[in-house]
Amino acid sequence: MSHDPAHLTIPWKGVCGMNPHRRHPFIFSSAMLVYVFLYAPIIVLILFSFNASRANVTFEGFVPTFSDKVVMDGSLVKASPCGPFHWFCELAKDKDVAEAAGNTLTIAIVSTLVSSVIGTMAALALQRYEFKLKPFSQLSLYIPIVIPEIVMGIGILTLFSQLFGVINGSLGLTGDSRLSMGLGTVIVSHIAFSVPFVTLVVQARLQGFDKSYEEAAMDLGANEWTTFRRVTLPMILPGVLSGALLAFTLSLDDFVITFFTNGPGSTTLPIYVYGLLRRIITPQVNALSTVWILTVFSVVLILQWLQTREAKQH
Amino acid sequence: MANEFAVELQDVVKKFITPEGNELNAVDHVSMQIKNGEFFSMLGSSGCGKTTSLRMIAGFEWPTEGEVYIEGKAMGRTPPFQRKVNTVFQSYALFQHLTVFQNIAFGLEMEGAQKDEIEKRVKHVLEMVQLTGMERRKPKQLSGGQQQRIAVARALVKVPDVLLLDEPLGALDLKLRKDMQLELKALQQQLGITFVYVTHDQEEAMTMSDRIAVMSKGKVQQLGAPVEIYERPANKFVADFIGDSNFFEGRIKSLSKEEAVVFIPDLNAEVTGIPVSQGLVNGEEITVSIRPEKVLISEKPMNQNTFSGKVTNTVYIGTDTHVYVDLMGKRVKVFEQNRISRLDPGSFYTVGQDVTLVMMPENVLVLKKE
Repeated sequence: MSHDPAHLTIPWKGVCGMNPHRRHPFIFSSAMLVYVFLYAPIIVLILFSFNASRANVTFEGFVPTFSDKVVMDGSLVKASPCGPFHWFCELAKDKDVAEAAGNTLTIAIVSTLVSSVIGTMAALALQRYEFKLKPFSQLSLYIPIVIPEIVMGIGILTLFSQLFGVINGSLGLTGDSRLSMGLGTVIVSHIAFSVPFVTLVVQARLQGFDKSYEEAAMDLGANEWTTFRRVTLPMILPGVLSGALLAFTLSLDDFVITFFTNGPGSTTLPIYVYGLLRRIITPQVNALSTVWILTVFSVVLILQWLQTREAKQH
Repeated sequence: MANEFAVELQDVVKKFITPEGNELNAVDHVSMQIKNGEFFSMLGSSGCGKTTSLRMIAGFEWPTEGEVYIEGKAMGRTPPFQRKVNTVFQSYALFQHLTVFQNIAFGLEMEGAQKDEIEKRVKHVLEMVQLTGMERRKPKQLSGGQQQRIAVARALVKVPDVLLLDEPLGALDLKLRKDMQLELKALQQQLGITFVYVTHDQEEAMTMSDRIAVMSKGKVQQLGAPVEIYERPANKFVADFIGDSNFFEGRIKSLSKEEAVVFIPDLNAEVTGIPVSQGLVNGEEITVSIRPEKVLISEKPMNQNTFSGKVTNTVYIGTDTHVYVDLMGKRVKVFEQNRISRLDPGSFYTVGQDVTLVMMPENVLVLKKE
């Protein structure tokens, strides 16, 4: 019920007349529906990561810890020392997964760092300076956001293969020294699609930024670089961090562009999972997804907590 | 100090491009000399070029033409962090992510001062602005008046040659503003630092300044002590902008060495015995002005410089009563001080009452046409 304090002291007040806090049944049910559509698939996915059935079509109960058991489709499930967490143990043993996870993190961290720096610089430049091509540069920021990812992926692939062809040809590179698709190309393409997001988020933060803060710092004897380091950056940091977080999550779960730009040795988790799906979907895939979801979820929770703590200090 | 002038502007022009693409002289051939240790104000309405002039002294803007000198040195394109001037901003611009102590210490850290010296000087300046004990607060936890003092402290701790203040009291309420005016003035006298103060509030400028530059449309209209500007306005703009004035269009009828007789067609009357400045010619069209508090209301008609009219309105405002008198269709403002209680019967002028106005010739100003 409502937490309106008037409710507690004057009980008749809520009975007649309108109570603005009263829940309308329609609002309640639509809210519930949103939650069901959002979270039911995730809950099912997590549940299936404990599935005893290797085929993973129906849920056949948890993997037993001590004695083998026969599941409904007739196959035998061997007991595992990990018990219900059998598929997580299998996952931990899988070297390919470890490599893909490593690649994913490397790509995400490097592309986030680089795109945060470039994006912040772009936002500052767009806010501060007037130049002829400014409307064009502002518009060009939206292009990578609105353009279909597959178009961008093919575009980047074409660019790199043409470019590498020319370079390899003209320098006469052969064998291992040849330039080819790999971690580098994935990182560059991730930076390319992350920069606009960072720029737009930082720009929003800069909207209310009074230039007199920077003038005050310079007035007190700080040169341009010190002013940026000691005043501008700390003040826009929440914006830069949100932009970086956005870039990080975009990079973590990007499939389409990575699909076109990766090469041998640069398989990321989304690409790896896609590969698995084409063979057999074992609960190991679900276990992987569960770990993934929990990681992202806890990162978001920690950041949220940090932000509210920061907000309370001010 | 080696130089007589703390700040000198020599024929400074600042051009801006308006959004429509037109060129605009925000500051238009301004020259002024600000003496060491004086409280100097630039007074004008918004867009008159006062803030731009201040920003050029601070180094946030560079003159398009002309030169700014600080302590005799041409500044050219010297960046703000290499000028020995400090600014108190209209918005205060206190660093929100730093504490009061860190805000004030910022400028000293930039000088590379030692830690114990920083602590000593911050403590001292906080005593000066009467905010001891606030070191650990964040700016947001302070009241407007306190933030204003911190902004002053942060600039003063650097012991600048010149302190620039850009409408620093604009955000405060009237009572606090009046207190701060006196406090700033006392601080300036105590420290002997040159203050350059930008304001649109004439009373504020009058209260605090040794000298005032009245600005309009990017030009200095008059530069002088408050009393000069009020009593001897250089032109109609200044007479109108500073305080209140009654204006009449007139013509010089006769001119002697010391005195002039002016004919005012609107009143079909002459004002005689006006003390004149130089440069007037017989027959010249001029504007005559007189301050409302210098017009006297007389019971009996006198011989010279008296005009009869009818009271059209009276407004009681506490210290004064404003009486509006119709002189042959021309409305004249008269301010009478309430030396006696207006509650006494008969102490008010009634609407429609016949009165005689006296304009003493020494109070009448002759202003040249622009």
